[in-house]
Amino acid sequence: MNFKSLITFIFLVIVFGLIQILLLKNLALFGIAFCFIYLVSILSFPTSIPAIPLLILSFFLGLLIDVFYDTLGIHALAATFLAFLRPHWLKVISPSGGYDDATNPTISEMGIGWYISYSWPLIFAFCLLFFLTDQWGTGRFLTALNKSFFSSTFTVLLAIIVQLLFFKRRRGI
Amino acid sequence: MLRILQFLYSLRAFLIFVLLEVTAIWLIVENNSPQGAAFFNSSSAIIGSALKTQSDVADFFSLAEANEALVTENASLLGALNGVQTIPDSLAIELDSLLNATYEFKGARVVSNSLRFSQNHLTLNKGSKDGIKPGMGVFNHEGVVGRVKTASLNFSIAISLLNTGMLISSKIKSNGVFGSVNWDGNDSRHAKMLYIGRHVNAQVGDTVITSGFNAVFPEGINIGIISKINSRTDNPNYLDILIALSTDFSKVGYVYLVENTQFNELDSLNIKSEVTNEF
Repeated sequence: MNFKSLITFIFLVIVFGLIQILLLKNLALFGIAFCFIYLVSILSFPTSIPAIPLLILSFFLGLLIDVFYDTLGIHALAATFLAFLRPHWLKVISPSGGYDDATNPTISEMGIGWYISYSWPLIFAFCLLFFLTDQWGTGRFLTALNKSFFSSTFTVLLAIIVQLLFFKRRRGI
Repeated sequence: MLRILQFLYSLRAFLIFVLLEVTAIWLIVENNSPQGAAFFNSSSAIIGSALKTQSDVADFFSLAEANEALVTENASLLGALNGVQTIPDSLAIELDSLLNATYEFKGARVVSNSLRFSQNHLTLNKGSKDGIKPGMGVFNHEGVVGRVKTASLNFSIAISLLNTGMLISSKIKSNGVFGSVNWDGNDSRHAKMLYIGRHVNAQVGDTVITSGFNAVFPEGINIGIISKINSRTDNPNYLDILIALSTDFSKVGYVYLVENTQFNELDSLNIKSEVTNEF
């Protein structure tokens, strides 16, 4: 990862973190569809980033969001889980020929269909762990499943819109 | 030995993952224990002031509503005061320890609130500097809101009534039968009233108020209205009572805090007699 992309990602983390804390914190469509837009910054780290820095970055990003949500540890737990799954899932869905060193897993480089198959399962895993931890002990597995499904769909939808609007286009989709 | 080290090195990413997850779980458990002091939360100065700036902007749009609520409450307080004021006469009432106020009230603004999770919290803009202490009751003109969990210098965090771990000692106003109100995590407008025996004659529409048995809330603060009564299937000795909460948690903006000045005395008495008191 070169210096320029490092600056880009620090900027992304700050912008998405602020949007998450200031605008999306109390948003829940119909009481079940939450939006965790800050995950887009974890998802768009370059594919070449080593596993350990990714895990540590995600943990601290989750912790930062937790502090504002007053859910200490829950975001950190789920975000670390997502960061752990990411390299494995990237391997599973790698296109023929693999990734370049400089590949960013974003819509502008990989296309919309690939992006959905990349982000939705990861965000769903995040949401499932998040809501299961949140509702631990209340025995409402179905509610957690329901919330995870709609939240991950909503988050992916918003992630696509944000990327189409604001990310640099390279292939002209 | 080298083999083992090499094996562990090849698993390093997984080991770091496990370590971070264990840390996160430790934080969750630590933060949710009722007595545990939370050291990282939205009551810290930087985070509190960021949330305050946000709510400064958001609150501007509900000023008219807040004013209206204040006027209504002033009017009812004036009415109550009218009944209490005595006509001045020659009989002097001596100040006596019997007339000491047991409860002290303070006001605060909510700078952050959540109602969609199963453990919800509120952040208030007053802290230990203003005399806020852990354990104070929080309510507004509509009814009970929660209880203060921790206080920093300038901010404090309250556990919302919408928290599955929160029990509030309460009673049915019409017949005085007491139980506990607990949120079931389902929807932010309803909660359950527990431990009401089957023999109790409770009606839909009865008001539920705080009992005053615990040291946190004075007697008679609204909690809600009974909206549905079923017999429980798992334990037929108790009724399954659903109450519609009188507080609209999505609009909680300004709250009052109440402190029982005799809390320490009551609490040490409870500890001495090994009674666990609910809040």
